[in-house]
Amino acid sequence: MHTPVTLLASAAIGVLSLSFWPAKAPGNLPQLVRLDPAPFSHRLDGDWQRDGGQVNAPIRSVQIPAPVEIMEMPVSTGDWMACVRDGACIAPGGPTDRPELPVTGVSWMDANAYAAWMTKRTGDTWRLPSDVEWAHAAAELFRDDALGVEADPANPAVLWLAEYNAEATRSRNLDREVRPVGSLNVNSLGVRDIGGAVWEWTSTCLRRVDVDGTGAVLREGETCGIYIAEGLHRAAINDFVRDPKSGGCSVGVPPANLGFRLVREAI
Amino acid sequence: MTMPSVSRRTILAGAALAGALSQVRTAAAETTAVLTSATPTDVESLPRVKVKLVDPPFVHEHEQIATGGPKVVQFEMTIQEKKIKLDDSGAEIWASTFNGTVPGPLMVVHEGDYVELTLINAPTNELMHNIDFHSATGALGGGALTQVNPGEKTILRFKATKPGVFVYHCAPPGMVAWHVVSGMNGAIMVLPRDGLKGRDGEPVPYDKLYYIGEQDFYLPRDEKGNWKTYASPGESYEDTVAVMKTLTPTHVVFNGAVGALTGDNAMTAKVGDRVAFVHSQANRDTRPHLIGGHGNYVWATGKFNNPPELGLETWFIPGGTAGLMVYTFEQPGIYAYVNHNLIEAFELGAAAHVKVEGEWNDDLMKQILAPSA
Repeated sequence: MHTPVTLLASAAIGVLSLSFWPAKAPGNLPQLVRLDPAPFSHRLDGDWQRDGGQVNAPIRSVQIPAPVEIMEMPVSTGDWMACVRDGACIAPGGPTDRPELPVTGVSWMDANAYAAWMTKRTGDTWRLPSDVEWAHAAAELFRDDALGVEADPANPAVLWLAEYNAEATRSRNLDREVRPVGSLNVNSLGVRDIGGAVWEWTSTCLRRVDVDGTGAVLREGETCGIYIAEGLHRAAINDFVRDPKSGGCSVGVPPANLGFRLVREAI
Repeated sequence: MTMPSVSRRTILAGAALAGALSQVRTAAAETTAVLTSATPTDVESLPRVKVKLVDPPFVHEHEQIATGGPKVVQFEMTIQEKKIKLDDSGAEIWASTFNGTVPGPLMVVHEGDYVELTLINAPTNELMHNIDFHSATGALGGGALTQVNPGEKTILRFKATKPGVFVYHCAPPGMVAWHVVSGMNGAIMVLPRDGLKGRDGEPVPYDKLYYIGEQDFYLPRDEKGNWKTYASPGESYEDTVAVMKTLTPTHVVFNGAVGALTGDNAMTAKVGDRVAFVHSQANRDTRPHLIGGHGNYVWATGKFNNPPELGLETWFIPGGTAGLMVYTFEQPGIYAYVNHNLIEAFELGAAAHVKVEGEWNDDLMKQILAPSA
């Protein structure tokens, strides 16, 4: 915020909200929820396979490596347009005339430009959350997207048909309405808007993990350029994609919209 | 599959035929006979069969090989103007529909049968409509004899003299293109009396028949790029024609909406099923392709007096034409049936899925090395 008028306005808000925000925050900051490392049970991200066949990712006890503060709500269109006005972000693919809606139609690269702008603006480090950080914040609203069907080595179509039917069920129940930020739901941590019509980018690259019959990891490789987007199910999306509705493959249900929220590294 | 209400007379005529071969020969002879002009008295004496149409992609019950001689096959369709949703992005259109669906239902008769259609224009409609059957002879395909205003009905009878799959569509004077791209089209299949045949005369029966109607839509947008919506079909006319004239559809879809034949509504088959796909496009060229399969028997231009092409990868159906493809599924899995202009398939909507269950055949395909470093 560079104009005196805005500074004054920010200062006023800062005074009102002192109890929520650290004193050094210059104001106009999003509301944040602090996450402290603590173990929780999590279905790992990525494509896991055994003997060339797809298997469910294992459930492991994980914890975030260090405390972070995560945005209570996704970045709104109003927030985003401020970055656009500052010349640090480009116009989103989604609607721009409803500032209260979460911003949609942003690529992974767009989201990182916003994080860089926030970092520059505040002096703190802002970035996309990892899959584990996002899952921690989603808490009981995180959806286990495992298929629950193991590959049949003799008939790969068993898995394809099961996946297809699971996706058909998902899209049947899909709520396609993008609602104003903060209005969808709230979880036990006070984090809002988990799992609606907007999928959220993470900093986690798509990984492929080969395991043996005992579950031991034989090989693990990452494809950075494809990132995990979190929502009703996890999706792996190319970093330049803004509209996942097109750009899907020949079968399968893509995310409805792409948005994000950021974490601030704890001070 | 059998015709639902075959008259007693027809059954008796069928029973008189001894054995399949003689049945084929007799049917062929009858076909020649019925192509001579029939007087109205002749038609009056023919058996009448009433068919209840069903919504695409399904097709009413019918015989593949006709039992007995020509019949008068009665159909009834009510024209409905209705707002339909094309996708999840708020795209809606006032569709004009034959019988409430885009496309209209597939009608099936045999060569030499008489099609007798009662066409009702619902009183709640706004527009005049009619029907032009590409399978009919004369009067602009029947269009000149079937102009009905809202609240009126008409009955048209025509003789199905050419075997094949054919488009039918609404063709009111001055507004043909608009009605057609508002969804007002369908198809009729006129089977040879002795059923479908391959190049060497071998029978080509099918276990299942699906009807895919491909539709290009031209939706206006407002200055912000959002889809415009209208309170009535008439109000959308001028804007829509402006988009139509760009020849650039905003949607190219199967069966009236993006995803109408996917997910819960995907087509189904089992390994070993011989599945026939009728594909019509009343306005625009298309090039169907079954991803992971083939067109075993293809009548791309849909007319059964021509030999089918065999084992195709992609086939071309010119706008204003219906085609037929028959394929026997050999592997289980999810097949995508697409317009192989892949932009139209995956960006504009022209993609359907077939869920196929059964045993995997390693001889046809096997993964030798899974993707690995």
